[in-house]
Amino acid sequence: MSPSYNNNSIFAPWNDPKEKPLIEFKNVTKNFGSFTAIDNQSINIYEREFFSILGPSGCGKTTMMRMLGGFEIPTEGDILLDGQSITNIPPHKRPVNMMFQSYALFPHMNVEKNIAFGLKQEGMPKDQINDRVEEMINLVQLQQFAKRKPSQLSGGQRQRVALARSLAKKPKLLLLDEPLGALDKKLREETQFELMNIQESLGMTFVIVTHDQEEAMTVSSRIAVMDHGKIIQVESPADIYEKPNSRYIADFLGDVNIFEGKVASANDDAIQLEWAEGQEKLQMEASQPAKIGDSNWLAVRPEKISISKEKPIDADNILKGKIWDIGYTGNISVYHVQLPNGMTIKAQEVNRRRLANRELTWEDDVWISWRKTAGTHLVK
Amino acid sequence: MQSSKSLKEWIVIAIPYLWLLALFLIPFIIVFKMSLSDYVVARPPYTPTINLAEGWQSIKDAFAAFDFENYVFLSEDDLYIKSYLNSLKIASISTFLTLLIGYPIAYGIARANSSLRSLLLMLVILPFWTSFLIRVYAWIGILKNEGLLNLLFLKLGITDAPIQMINTDFAVYVGIVYSYLPFMILPLYASLEKLDGSLIEAATDLGSTPTKAFWQITFPLSMPGIVAGCFLVFIPAVGEFVIPDLLGSNSTLMIGKTLWTEFFSNRDWTVASAVAVILLLFLIVPIVLFQKHQEREGANL
Repeated sequence: MSPSYNNNSIFAPWNDPKEKPLIEFKNVTKNFGSFTAIDNQSINIYEREFFSILGPSGCGKTTMMRMLGGFEIPTEGDILLDGQSITNIPPHKRPVNMMFQSYALFPHMNVEKNIAFGLKQEGMPKDQINDRVEEMINLVQLQQFAKRKPSQLSGGQRQRVALARSLAKKPKLLLLDEPLGALDKKLREETQFELMNIQESLGMTFVIVTHDQEEAMTVSSRIAVMDHGKIIQVESPADIYEKPNSRYIADFLGDVNIFEGKVASANDDAIQLEWAEGQEKLQMEASQPAKIGDSNWLAVRPEKISISKEKPIDADNILKGKIWDIGYTGNISVYHVQLPNGMTIKAQEVNRRRLANRELTWEDDVWISWRKTAGTHLVK
Repeated sequence: MQSSKSLKEWIVIAIPYLWLLALFLIPFIIVFKMSLSDYVVARPPYTPTINLAEGWQSIKDAFAAFDFENYVFLSEDDLYIKSYLNSLKIASISTFLTLLIGYPIAYGIARANSSLRSLLLMLVILPFWTSFLIRVYAWIGILKNEGLLNLLFLKLGITDAPIQMINTDFAVYVGIVYSYLPFMILPLYASLEKLDGSLIEAATDLGSTPTKAFWQITFPLSMPGIVAGCFLVFIPAVGEFVIPDLLGSNSTLMIGKTLWTEFFSNRDWTVASAVAVILLLFLIVPIVLFQKHQEREGANL
């Protein structure tokens, strides 16, 4: 971990052994019949975290969340909240609220009544309920819509009502199941920042389930990437992107070029990877000790690779190739460069110049290069 | 270009209206006309009769002879008022009992897993494959003094002597509830099946116990099904004739039976018609309410 993360001003309770986690999953397994949805997993989530569970559909992320909400009971293991086991506590007795993917707004109640629902169950006095409802309506800026039924609201407005309703009881932990999935891209991006602001200002702990990696990267303090019922890696967005622990993570988050090869030399932190006949060995920094002759991988993000017509002089890894395809998305261009051995490498450049002035084009012979610190050494 | 309906569209629209005209409005006008006529010993047993061959004058004469004498008669003899009130009472109680029994059944079917669900629905509809009359007759075999139920009670030692069940109001309730139960279950099922399970989860998540969640969420959201089911049971139950006739006692007054007696035993078609017209007026109120309710539901969804 880089030294900046040990700085006290940065929020990283997971690095502080004195911090007590708010949520602890202890060897939790969940089976549905013969299907294992969660396979003996343990994680800690700390107070005030914005914790994302990210993964493809069917990876078990929703099951993790539903176990926190009390809608599924673990087959084995224990879940603790504030040090107390909540494994067998029914949903209506947990200080945890959930924002459902479908929003699950009560169609026969207007916005106010939806928000007041949870408070009424507590038996809160009427005037206090009214104050809290007003506070929540102001928080999500739905003042003009307080008397409307959910069917008279737009998707974005419904999402806000659902959020306000789940926040109204000021739960210790708020669960958000794909909260922005039904919104269009623009609105989703705006709402992400709003969610972060709300989470910060209320000082609550959020656990969000999503399959949208950009969303997870934007909002989270930490991301847990899951696959087939297992948590593969739990890290802050920057670390999980820059220091993936496996090819799966590297490939799942963003775009990546992966070179497979044998360790040719390994001394101190430097590793040379013998990856293709007639090609120069690739230089990288070791993420962990490696033995000569081991099968290892080098992962390099496309934006870390430079592309040029002239052979660069100061790069650690330099490969020659031909531009085979260009993916143009307006702000950036992704060059697909074919190497002599047939492998295609993606290199990404920001389009600082207008398209007409671009100096690289199809079939051009080019050089691609990157520094040895730009790639990630992977052993699995 | 203004779009105008094509001939085909007009035909499609016209069919239901023609159907209602031929099978409801015209028969109703005939019954209404009869109710304004007077009883005579003749064939047909009422006067005046309109003879279209005699032209306009005959119609004019007939209209001059029409009066509300039969309606006045209905209000004077408390037999009819009692029949109406008793019909409403029996229909209301039966509807309530049907709802009480039908709701858990519909709820159970809606919650069953999908492979079982179609089988259970099939079982609800299955009785319709046998004639209604036979099913009501079967209840005589169950409820009579030496019937199956009394035999069972005697065997189990619950009673020493058979309990009188047949020819009582109790038997009428059993018959109506049994016969109309599917009409309650099906609309209830339709609205419960649509209910999004995550709403219940959301309610419990917000601190509602499962029981409270039922009354706060499930019950109000199944209201369209409850209303539809209640009307579908109540409306035919008010005019029910076969069940009180076969299972009820002679003192079970229901307007359907009274009407039958008036028409077939007394051969007083004019009074019978007046009874029918009043019955229709009684039923129009709930029918219009039902229609209004359906429209509101349609607008909400």
